Amino acid sequence: MSGEHAIKAHGAEHTEHHDPVANKIGMWLFLFTELILFGGLFIAFAVYLHLYRWDFRAGSGSLDKILGAVNTVILLTSSLTMALAIAALSRKKVKASLSLMAGTVLLAVMFLGVKAVEWGHKFHLDLVPGSSVMQNKPMGEQIFYALYYTMTGVHALHVIIGIGAIAVAAGFVKSGRCHAERPGLLENVGLYWHLVDVIWIFLFPLFYLIG
Amino acid sequence: MTSVAATVDGGGTATPARNYLNARAGLLSWLTTTDHKRIALLYLGGMTIFFLFGIVMAVTFRLELIAPGVQFFDADIYNRLLTLHGVAMIFLVIIPGIPAVFGNFFLPIMIGAEDVSFPRLNLLSWYCYLAGGLLALVSLGLGGVDTGWTFYVPYSVKTSSNVLVPMLAAFILGWSSILTGLNFITTVHRLRAKGMRWFKMPLFVWSLYATGWIQITATPVIGITLVMVLLERYMGIPIFDASAGGDPILYEHLFWIYSHPAVYVMILPAMGVVSEIIPVFSRKTIFGYKFIAYSSIAIASIGSLVWAHHMFTSGMADVARIVFSFLTFLVAVPSAVKVFNWLATMYKGSIQLDPPMIWGLMFIPLFAIGGLTGLINGALSTDIHIHDTAFVVAHFHYTMFGGTILIFIGAMHYWFPKMFGRMYQHFTAHLSAGIFFVGFNLTYIPLFAAGIAGMPRRYADYLPEYHAYHLCSTIGSWVMVLGLLIMMGNLLRALFKGKPAKDNPWGGTTLEWTTATPPPTLNFDEPPDGNREPYDYPTEVKE
Repeated sequence: MSGEHAIKAHGAEHTEHHDPVANKIGMWLFLFTELILFGGLFIAFAVYLHLYRWDFRAGSGSLDKILGAVNTVILLTSSLTMALAIAALSRKKVKASLSLMAGTVLLAVMFLGVKAVEWGHKFHLDLVPGSSVMQNKPMGEQIFYALYYTMTGVHALHVIIGIGAIAVAAGFVKSGRCHAERPGLLENVGLYWHLVDVIWIFLFPLFYLIG
Repeated sequence: MTSVAATVDGGGTATPARNYLNARAGLLSWLTTTDHKRIALLYLGGMTIFFLFGIVMAVTFRLELIAPGVQFFDADIYNRLLTLHGVAMIFLVIIPGIPAVFGNFFLPIMIGAEDVSFPRLNLLSWYCYLAGGLLALVSLGLGGVDTGWTFYVPYSVKTSSNVLVPMLAAFILGWSSILTGLNFITTVHRLRAKGMRWFKMPLFVWSLYATGWIQITATPVIGITLVMVLLERYMGIPIFDASAGGDPILYEHLFWIYSHPAVYVMILPAMGVVSEIIPVFSRKTIFGYKFIAYSSIAIASIGSLVWAHHMFTSGMADVARIVFSFLTFLVAVPSAVKVFNWLATMYKGSIQLDPPMIWGLMFIPLFAIGGLTGLINGALSTDIHIHDTAFVVAHFHYTMFGGTILIFIGAMHYWFPKMFGRMYQHFTAHLSAGIFFVGFNLTYIPLFAAGIAGMPRRYADYLPEYHAYHLCSTIGSWVMVLGLLIMMGNLLRALFKGKPAKDNPWGGTTLEWTTATPPPTLNFDEPPDGNREPYDYPTEVKE
């Protein structure tokens, strides 16, 4: 035992520990930092909602509830396909897992598409920070839109990163480096994707449903 | 067990042929290393450069303050020097500081592990550090920034100097800090050697564990806050702009929700190092091990709830002011617990005045002054008088410079022989410590007095009645720098010409002293035994 250890000691550096529990702990800690990152934005939202209740209602009323609801359904469904992709891999159905991941990415792209339509419509109405239309609005509404663009924008950025992460995981599953016995990478990407989903679950009522 | 004992006894002067330093050669082997010890040295290199950089800034603007009126440069340049000094020292030296260098090097060894849990992530966090450091230098090339290291709005949105680059630097450095914290927490949970239960861990490990939690819970807040400022400045999205209904005080809250816990990121690891040094050089088991361990956790928890004491004069509800003042007083309790435990450890100990102990002993009074003046800042009535004066500057430097940096140097002297396998000259080390101590107090004690007399902080000029204080302080800064240069020269000389060090030159009992000097790449040639008391000295000192 010790001899083996000594031989290893003069070899290369340690790069991998094969410790699935550590990988899970690390991922949860990372998700925790992500929650706190959004927490800063949610604090700002809470403060300004308190200061400008009526302006926030007016701002919220101008958002398209239908599109928001559609996006919520899309993102929830994508979480389901992601969970199914992980379940499929653990049953060694690699092909099914890969198609479910492709489905998840497709839904994510649809989400971004709907988002682009929403933002595009607002830009069309010249509802952008600094525009004359915006500056004629009450202060609270200006802040509402500032937070709307910032928070949904930061969230959309996470969706894009999530798409990249799913693509990487798919590559690992395809090449066989991530498989039923070592599904850690896919599981962690799945956790990340559910986080993106959970944050949207909070953004949706705060922005679309208080009007 | 026997093998460990054999290493201690047989620890002669022979340097093992293969160690982490010579295991691989070439620049590329360093830039792609995943060895926690080598990454620690990469951090040390970066930090030394930025420390010198910060010193040059400070000595330069201190020189401008030697007399009232304009001596060498105007207020604009003064503001930029002041900001760069703050940004470099805070974000590039003392926040990564002890965890990134000594934590990286010794946390795995002290718990008997071969490396951290995520070695490649560890390297990534160094590259984040490097990127942040380079951005800080780019910022200097672009003429610097004049907002102060706190980047307060609305000025940071309106100023004509370039705030994008230093803010990006702070953002990226934040990720470096988060990744280090995440790595350390996971490592402590997963990689403790067989038999090492939580209350057998060295206290330095406890302090790093508590620090890791602050790093991952507080740092994301500053990240998103800086993003909001940048969006406001460059995209015109008003979040803090009062003319569009925003609240600049919200920025201050968000900034300090990170930046106050950050001072515990800076000081907790230093307290951990002191808890290592004191028992070793008192030849006595640490007094109140569990209390010290718990006080680290207590400081991390309560310290996250005191941020608004930076804003007593900014406008806040009276109830909130009272609550934050009370919590500020409360956080002093676990800090004091540590100080009393160190003193009790030394009581009737067999005290050895080797250089690491000298730095450790200097920490106690300097930190006590820093901590007690913190209570004067934290009391609502006195804070109104001294807020934004030189008093706060002096308080801050007593804790962060006389606390964290001083112990960074102490840790350097304590672990230098283990890290590099060579010993420095003790006389020179003592000399540099003495000069530093005199210079330090000469620099900052006058600032306490000037602050009470009404000298505002961050001003390039002052009324003639403050001349004596500033003159003293500027002369003090020269003495202090002299001490620092002698200290660095001594260590640099030892790096190349020092005598070979023994495996356990101080008689330490924690695991890092049981392995070879310098340690092999995977830290231990024989698997270490974790089931040992961390500070195992005879309870009674023999005459």
